Amino acid sequence: MNPTDPTARLPRRVVFKWMAAAAAAINLDGLPAFAGDPATGLPPLPAGTKGYGTDPKLMTSYAPGDVWPLTFTADQKRTVTALADLILPADDLGPAASELRVPDFIDEWISAPYPGQMKDRELIIPGLAWLEIESAVRFVAPFPTLTPAQQRAIIDDICSIKRATAAFEKPAFFFARFRGLASGAYYATQPGWKAIGYVGNLPQATFTGPPPEVLARLGLE
Amino acid sequence: MPIIPPSSAKPEYDVAIVGSGAGGGQMAMTLTLAGLKCVMLEAGRNYDPRSETPMFQRADQAPLLGTSTPDKVFGFYDATVDGGWQVPGEPYTQASDKFDQQFLWWRARMLGGRTNHWGRISLRNGPYDFKPRSRDGLGFDWPIAYEDVEPYYTKVEQLIGVYGTNEGMENTPDSPPGVLLPAPKGRAAELLIQKHAKKVGVPVIPIHRAVLTQRLDADNVPQKLFPGNAWAQKIVADSMNARAACFWATSCGRGCSTGANYQSTTVHLPPALATGNLDIITNAHAREVLVTAAGKAAGILFIDKTTGKEERVKAKAVVLAASSGETVRLLLNSKSAQFPNGLANSCGLVGRYIMDTVGTRVTGQIPLLENLPPHNEDGAGGDHLYSPWWLYQQQHAGKLGFARGYHIELGGSRGMPGGGDPLPDDLANGTYGSAYKLAARRYYGSFVSMACRGEMIPNDNSFAEIDPTVKDAWGIPVLRWHWLWSENELKMADHAEKTFADIIEAMGGTVRRSGTRLGIGIEQGGKIIHEVGGALMGSDPKTSVCNKWNQCWDVPNLFLSDGTPFPSNADKNPTLTIMALAWRAGDYLVEQARAGKL
Ligand SMILES: Cc1cc2nc3c(=O)[nH]c(=O)nc-3n(C[C@H](O)[C@H](O)[C@H](O)COP(=O)(O)OP(=O)(O)OC[C@H]3O[C@@H](n4cnc5c(N)ncnc54)[C@H](O)[C@@H]3O)c2cc1C
Ligand code: SF4
Repeated sequence: MNPTDPTARLPRRVVFKWMAAAAAAINLDGLPAFAGDPATGLPPLPAGTKGYGTDPKLMTSYAPGDVWPLTFTADQKRTVTALADLILPADDLGPAASELRVPDFIDEWISAPYPGQMKDRELIIPGLAWLEIESAVRFVAPFPTLTPAQQRAIIDDICSIKRATAAFEKPAFFFARFRGLASGAYYATQPGWKAIGYVGNLPQATFTGPPPEVLARLGLE
Repeated sequence: MPIIPPSSAKPEYDVAIVGSGAGGGQMAMTLTLAGLKCVMLEAGRNYDPRSETPMFQRADQAPLLGTSTPDKVFGFYDATVDGGWQVPGEPYTQASDKFDQQFLWWRARMLGGRTNHWGRISLRNGPYDFKPRSRDGLGFDWPIAYEDVEPYYTKVEQLIGVYGTNEGMENTPDSPPGVLLPAPKGRAAELLIQKHAKKVGVPVIPIHRAVLTQRLDADNVPQKLFPGNAWAQKIVADSMNARAACFWATSCGRGCSTGANYQSTTVHLPPALATGNLDIITNAHAREVLVTAAGKAAGILFIDKTTGKEERVKAKAVVLAASSGETVRLLLNSKSAQFPNGLANSCGLVGRYIMDTVGTRVTGQIPLLENLPPHNEDGAGGDHLYSPWWLYQQQHAGKLGFARGYHIELGGSRGMPGGGDPLPDDLANGTYGSAYKLAARRYYGSFVSMACRGEMIPNDNSFAEIDPTVKDAWGIPVLRWHWLWSENELKMADHAEKTFADIIEAMGGTVRRSGTRLGIGIEQGGKIIHEVGGALMGSDPKTSVCNKWNQCWDVPNLFLSDGTPFPSNADKNPTLTIMALAWRAGDYLVEQARAGKL
């Protein structure tokens, strides 16, 4: 289910009412879209989308969209950005996810013609649709425009697979995977290295092992 | 690297070599430095690590953050080109539809083969490892002993550069003084494992890896390797001088553009080419060994993959080093009136007794390693410490319930983030926002893993044969695999998993994942990519394919210089032994050639 495309020309107010009605009608739990069935309206990859092959150029720098076309609509991109920044906000440890192109990486990921990524596509796109429906039902506004408290009210219901109630189980799987993809991208960047504590990828004259304070902490002097 | 097209090949060579990996590379170097004219056929494309290695590229500069895909199984930046568990146009088949009876066949298709991305772990077989049957009645003895191979282990270590220490442990040979390069210090997780493994009785010592922790001594080593041959010494010295020392950053699996680790393309092939005695033809897929009416090898029939045409090179002797599976395939596909069952196969054993390594793994989370002050642990781009097999005595006393040993490859997780999810859902524990970022930082580097690499005993049910119907893109019949682990290997894997759990608990940690994803307690056959065997060496032509010089009994001018002649597959990773035996066989081949016996 994709709430954005078929309704793009309608006034927002109408769209949200429609989504609320649709969501109520399907009762939010057995969301069919999570089954990954093509009948659910998941957009197929553009014809001819190919992987990078077994001998890609390794010495060039790639950006999302360079190798295969991206998927997200402008609305989906806004939802992804809001959710990624909620998970990985700007703080003492580093910038917000969107400043590190995390939404673009997620788009590249779910647009890739490989089996693992295609599976994620079947989780992420319907999950984003679910999130928008849930926002419309609860707060009659798109997720990105909700107040932080409103966003958290929804996310708190889906942020743990273990604690999610039955109604939120599938959305919790969506959230866990989304968080995994977002943080995989976030920590792959140099600001991300700093945030997680990785130091390296720099030529050194010598390797002297862990510094004394680390050895002391581990009882290894 | 200078490569010739098939049309520029000489009318005849002294030796034709198939494959450019560890075995083919060493053989080419030994032969060309002795003055023999050689041609090397490589099925993959030309590959130049100096210009093609993505040394400092970050995950965020690669498609899909550099993570694994079916096109690049070990990640985008991995050195492997055109290779993997499947190679387009080159299928292989399985006799069984049960996954635990299948063999996963990793193939590299590039100049240098698998040596461009291998783990560089370079362990000598010990004295027991050459005489396993004499010790426990299982498998086969080698027709040679440790003493026969020792000088060549030393030479190979001096040539390629191997770091490590001499610990004087049982069946874990020391190298002569001054041969090994200094071992790097342990990383935090490795040192912590070392400390706590001791409580469980498991010794942890520096591993041996083919990485230059300092530059090779080009002023002195070449004289030792090629005494009396000033020309060879000069070539080898130049080649050594072209290799830098490791700069303690980047992953060796991508290859090394400065030649600081061993790959055939930076260590073996440049000096071999510098002799002027080597022609290399790439994209040349060998199909058959040509034979004379008298039953001697005469050259190679190959497919030029750039044109799809069949071509031939002629030679007075032939060396196969295409990896166990491919060498077996070549022999079995080389059928003729004199050799109706395939070449060198009068004993019927070609393809039999292929072995891999017993693999399983346990990962753990260690609270002590949480929130460590950030520090650089890139190190030598691979393992620094390991545990050699330590229970020889208990095993000898019959206390273990399985034969043969395993070593432990161990490590932490403070490496460059590679685009994967850094924090499992249960540890993320429902957090998002700054709390999540703090958790990611807390747990980063707190995971350890221990992998079992153990000896498989050859058995009648693990072999390769020609599939009667399936052919590859060039119409060449493909291999069909048969596989079965025996109880011995399964028990060894159980023992390893229990030991690893004990070590993790001794560290105050918790086991996160134990065993393989298959649920059969052992990795699938082939998964560890230590494929050896298939053309055993022995002392009797009726029960072995080649003699102690890697020379085929049936065809004296045909040599096998990859892992095919291995009668056993010790837990020591095979490549150093492949190279040592290739050098030894090369010296013998040169003597035979000089004596006019080929
Ligand atoms: C991920 C990984 C990690 C590893 N780590 C270690 C390690 O740490 N220590 C260790 O000892 N070993 C390790 N190995 C194994 C090691 O790579 C091999 O043992 C070694 O490369 C074997 O050398 P080889 O020359 O026999 O075969 P290869 O290196 O595979 O070379 C064979 C070459 O022959 C070519 N060829 C094949 N068929 C044909 C044909 N018909 N015609 C022409 N050419 C052909 C291939 O394209 C290839 O280039 C590892 C392997 C992998 C994949
Ligand atoms: S760690 Fe050292 S040897 Fe390995 S790739 Fe980097 S520089 Fe080369």
